[in-house]
Amino acid sequence: MNEAAVIRRAREQMAARVARDIPEGACVNLGIGLPTMVANFLPKDREVLLQSENGLLGMGPAPAKGDEDPDLINASKQPVTLLPGGAYFHHADSFAMMRGGHIDICVMGAFQVSATGDLANWHTGAPDAIPAVGGAMDLAIGAKQVYVMMEHLTKSGESKIVDRCTYPVTGLSCVDRVYTDLAVIDVLPEGLRVVELVDGLTFDALQRMTGVPLLPPAPTK
Amino acid sequence: MIDKTVSTAAAAVADVHDGATIMIGGFGAAGMPAELIDALIAQGARDLTIVGNNAGNGEIGLAALLKARRVRKIICSFPRQVDSQVFDGLYRAAEIELELVPQGNLAERIRAAGAGIGAFFTPTGYGTLLAEGKETRTIGGRDYVLEYPIHADFALIKAERGDRWGNLVYRKTARNFGPIMASAAKCSIAQVRAIVPLGALDPEAIVTPGIFVRRVVAVDVADKAPRRAAAP
Repeated sequence: MNEAAVIRRAREQMAARVARDIPEGACVNLGIGLPTMVANFLPKDREVLLQSENGLLGMGPAPAKGDEDPDLINASKQPVTLLPGGAYFHHADSFAMMRGGHIDICVMGAFQVSATGDLANWHTGAPDAIPAVGGAMDLAIGAKQVYVMMEHLTKSGESKIVDRCTYPVTGLSCVDRVYTDLAVIDVLPEGLRVVELVDGLTFDALQRMTGVPLLPPAPTK
Repeated sequence: MIDKTVSTAAAAVADVHDGATIMIGGFGAAGMPAELIDALIAQGARDLTIVGNNAGNGEIGLAALLKARRVRKIICSFPRQVDSQVFDGLYRAAEIELELVPQGNLAERIRAAGAGIGAFFTPTGYGTLLAEGKETRTIGGRDYVLEYPIHADFALIKAERGDRWGNLVYRKTARNFGPIMASAAKCSIAQVRAIVPLGALDPEAIVTPGIFVRRVVAVDVADKAPRRAAAP
């Protein structure tokens, strides 16, 4: 494969690509880290309700410098704002929104996604690692659609899409769609269907880099 | 006359016993009852079990309680943060026990305790390390894990305003665990920015009705430097 011809998506481009798939009116939870960036790319003319696990719905952008309020933060504990119409609520209500199936889409980062949509994103399993789970397991099983954003390969070049997760799982068969720097892939009952390849990348080249069999993009009718 | 107001944070936590289970509100620094925790450190109770979302930030509040070696065990969802160095050190030295709970299960176990629920089936955590050894059941084609309530001897929470009946309103995302912890502990203690006369709180807007609150103490936060907005 001619690597030079493949245009990998930068993190901002991945975030912009996810934002394109979030429809008008959706209630969305953006996980900590890379997914938080998706908010920056939602079109201004599209009304999307962002939920944050720590008790707000209708989250707005970061405040202007000097306007930060330590009582108004997001799941990453960064200062945010509340849009007109937004609401505050306690933690049991917040997680009822997730577990109860009221969140349309959540976007999370991942260490690994399996061929059947198992998600691993909370713990490396390393003996010296301090585990922390937060709301990841609740989102994984609760949101109607679970989108994952991650690099396609690890730093050492191994596929993060795997036959079975080797890291401890967050949830079983919960991921619906994976956005990587190389492709967009749907997790379907029949397998992993490639929806989109970045410019310059062929299906065969993507398959060679990916740890499990992929289905080619469905022919357009 | 019912009067749940207490004049000082020290008086509010004076009867906390060694070995107590204490819920501490807050998500990071938002909603953390720092003045009540400072009073608890000064009071000296030890061998405590702490229930909260995090395991302390920086060197203040819960982190300071940990640093004073008063905590035997912590039940929380997200101990590891960029500024959780106090917890990290104790954990690596095996000087503190950790029960890690998915955040929604933590909230619901607290809520269940306050609501008199004996146990509940939740889909969260099914098939993961955090459900190992727990009873499971398939209900309507979906897999669930049996989880039990978390009761506490005390809850230390932070609210914005309260009255002498213990009614509370909160401020923005500082609400987080406050309302459910208030209902789950035998003795719930709220620090507030201001105590207001009965009737001053809009009854349509009271978040925690006073029945769930045992003590209310006003703390003077005016002379405190603004809290640093915590990094992620």
